[in-house]
This record gives sequence, C-alpha cells and structure tokens, in this order.
Amino acid sequence: MSKFARKKGKGSQSINTASLPDIVFMLLFFFMVATTMRETEVQVRVTVPQATEVKKLEKKSLVSYIYIGRPVAHLARVYGTEPLIQLNDKLVSEEGIPYESIQDYVLFEREKLPESEKNRMTMSLRIDQNIPMGKVDDVKKALRRAKALIINYSARKEYRNQGRQR
Amino acid sequence: MARETPEVNGGSLADIAFLLLIFFLVTTTMDIDTGITRLLPPEPEEDQQQDVQVNRRNVLVVLLNRSDLLMVGGEVMDRLELKDKTIEFFTNPNNSPDLPVMEETEVQFPPGSSALLPPDGVWRGEVSKGVISLQNDRSTTYGKYLQVQNELVAAVNQLRNDFCKLYFDKDYDDLNIMNPAEEQIQEGIRDIYKMNISESEPKNIGGRN
Repeated sequence: MSKFARKKGKGSQSINTASLPDIVFMLLFFFMVATTMRETEVQVRVTVPQATEVKKLEKKSLVSYIYIGRPVAHLARVYGTEPLIQLNDKLVSEEGIPYESIQDYVLFEREKLPESEKNRMTMSLRIDQNIPMGKVDDVKKALRRAKALIINYSARKEYRNQGRQR
Repeated sequence: MARETPEVNGGSLADIAFLLLIFFLVTTTMDIDTGITRLLPPEPEEDQQQDVQVNRRNVLVVLLNRSDLLMVGGEVMDRLELKDKTIEFFTNPNNSPDLPVMEETEVQFPPGSSALLPPDGVWRGEVSKGVISLQNDRSTTYGKYLQVQNELVAAVNQLRNDFCKLYFDKDYDDLNIMNPAEEQIQEGIRDIYKMNISESEPKNIGGRN
C-alpha cells in the first residue's frame, strides 16, 4: 500500500528516536552551564610554563589577570615584536616601569570586590615562558607599589617521573 | 465548535538542539586556572633602613644569569638538584657550621591532635633561620625563572608534607582550612617551615651573551 511498507518485517528495526531531543538538550544545558565566555581578547601570545607545584586558584572572582607576551601575528605590524603587557583589553604603552597603568588597573579591579575581600585580591600573571625577566620585574615592582601583593604565576601542571619523588 | 489546535512539528527540534550543542562544544574552554601563588614583599618605606644584616651562613644565594645558567651557593648546578639542596639547606641535618643556624622554637598545635606531641600540643624543636636569596638577570627567561621558583616551592612543600605525614598522618594539602583545628595545624607547620624566599632587585649579573 504505502511506498515504504515493504521495509517492514524484514531487515533491521528502526530505533525510536523520540527521546533524542531530550538527550541532546541535556548535553546542551550541561555545556551552557559549564561554559564561561572569554571576556577579554588576548592580544599577546602567551604559552605559560610548566611546573609541578601548581595549585588551583579557588575563587575566580578574586582573580585579575595580567598578560605579558609578544603581540599576536596580526598586531605585530602595529606594535612590533617586543614583549608587551596587557591589562584587560588594552596594551600598555607606558614607557619604562608601568607604575601608573598598573596602579589604575589594580584600583579598578579592587573596586569591583566587596569590602571584606579587597585584601585577598590575587593577580594572576599569565606570562609567556620565553619573555625576558626584565618586563616581569617591572610589573612586579609596579604591583608592589600598588599594594597588590598576592600574585600567582600561571603555569600548567607538569607530571614528572615518580622516580625522583620520595 | 472548538477549533482544532494545529500540532507543531517537533521533528526538527533535535536538529536545532544539536546545532546549539555543537556551538557550545566548540566554544567551551574548560581550563582551570592553575599556578604558583607567591607573596610579594611590601614596598619599603622611604625612611626605612634598607640593609638588614644577615648572617652569611643563613643565606643561600640562587643566581640565574642571562644565559639561564643556575648557580647555587657559589657552584653551578642543574635545576633538578636544587630541590635536594634546598631541603638540606633548610634542615641542616648534620649541624654543619656552613648551613643556617637552627633556633629552638615552640609551636602550638591543637592539644591531643597527635600522638607524637605532648598532651598540651606544644611542639618544641629547631627551626631554620635560613633565607634563600633568588637573584636573576633582566635577560633571564621567565620560563627558567619559574622552574627555579618551582623547585624552591617544591622543597618547602615536601618538608611541610613530610612533617604533616609524620605527626598527623595526613597530606599537608588535605588539611581543611574550614576546620579550626586543622587550620591551626597548617599555621603551625607554616611557622616551622617558612617559605623564606627573598627576591632582590634584579641587576645585570652578566654572563656571556
């Protein structure tokens, strides 16, 4: 009668796909909840080094980021290839030690926190592993002046052979 | 007469959900921020005397030059040896006169928390007065610097962990700070093995280009 009628009976039976949307929705919600959209576009290339003693940063809201690296390829024509500091979505253009930019940034970020947590603000330094320390030392000096003393050197977990561990 | 509600075709629901799912799958980055947390020293006051006299034997100079060569206490060293050297420096196992002075100290732990402590919970022992002075050149690469930092932190972490395992039969990292007794244990261990790493102003240490 029907065009497809003869398929019935012989061959494999078709699976009921009515619950497929439900399963997919479940997955969808999981990913929607787990996703955090990146707020800032990173304009410098950063490959953080590896270390064995890394710890998780517990409270995301207390953390502000400072990026140091060489500009990404399409910005290299404008900014050159020297290492640059990025705060939020701005590249720092201050000459010498960036006291003022860091000070402003620290004040701005600290303002966002509730009063009780202002002294627990953590600066996460995401620094490319091939950057000379000069730039890093400048930032550290500026952070000391801005009284942002808790810093975190961002690093990936490195797994070493167990042989050396006792 | 009641109007018949037209049924919405739900066949494409799965397709739409799939599309969204794939979008979120692609955009999701589930990186957890990890790193080594350190405390910067506060900036010295203007009138504060800068040079503090430290006994020579209490200082271990760790130097990283511009070619990323590591020198510890006057000898060139491989990065992987640094951890053991640091542990030796902080514990001074043989009471060597070249290694830091050990100072008699009392540290209060929660009473009755460990069988190895007296009932009042006071630990009496020697605490090192050693300080590690980490110096780097402006041209040292950051990756190398962090590896050295990592070894120093690893040494102190291991000392703390060994102590915690011995006395409290627990990993140092597993101490729960929300629990007041365990917080006191953590603070006590921190007093015994301090993270004494001083970073001086970087200078041009030199070394061949």
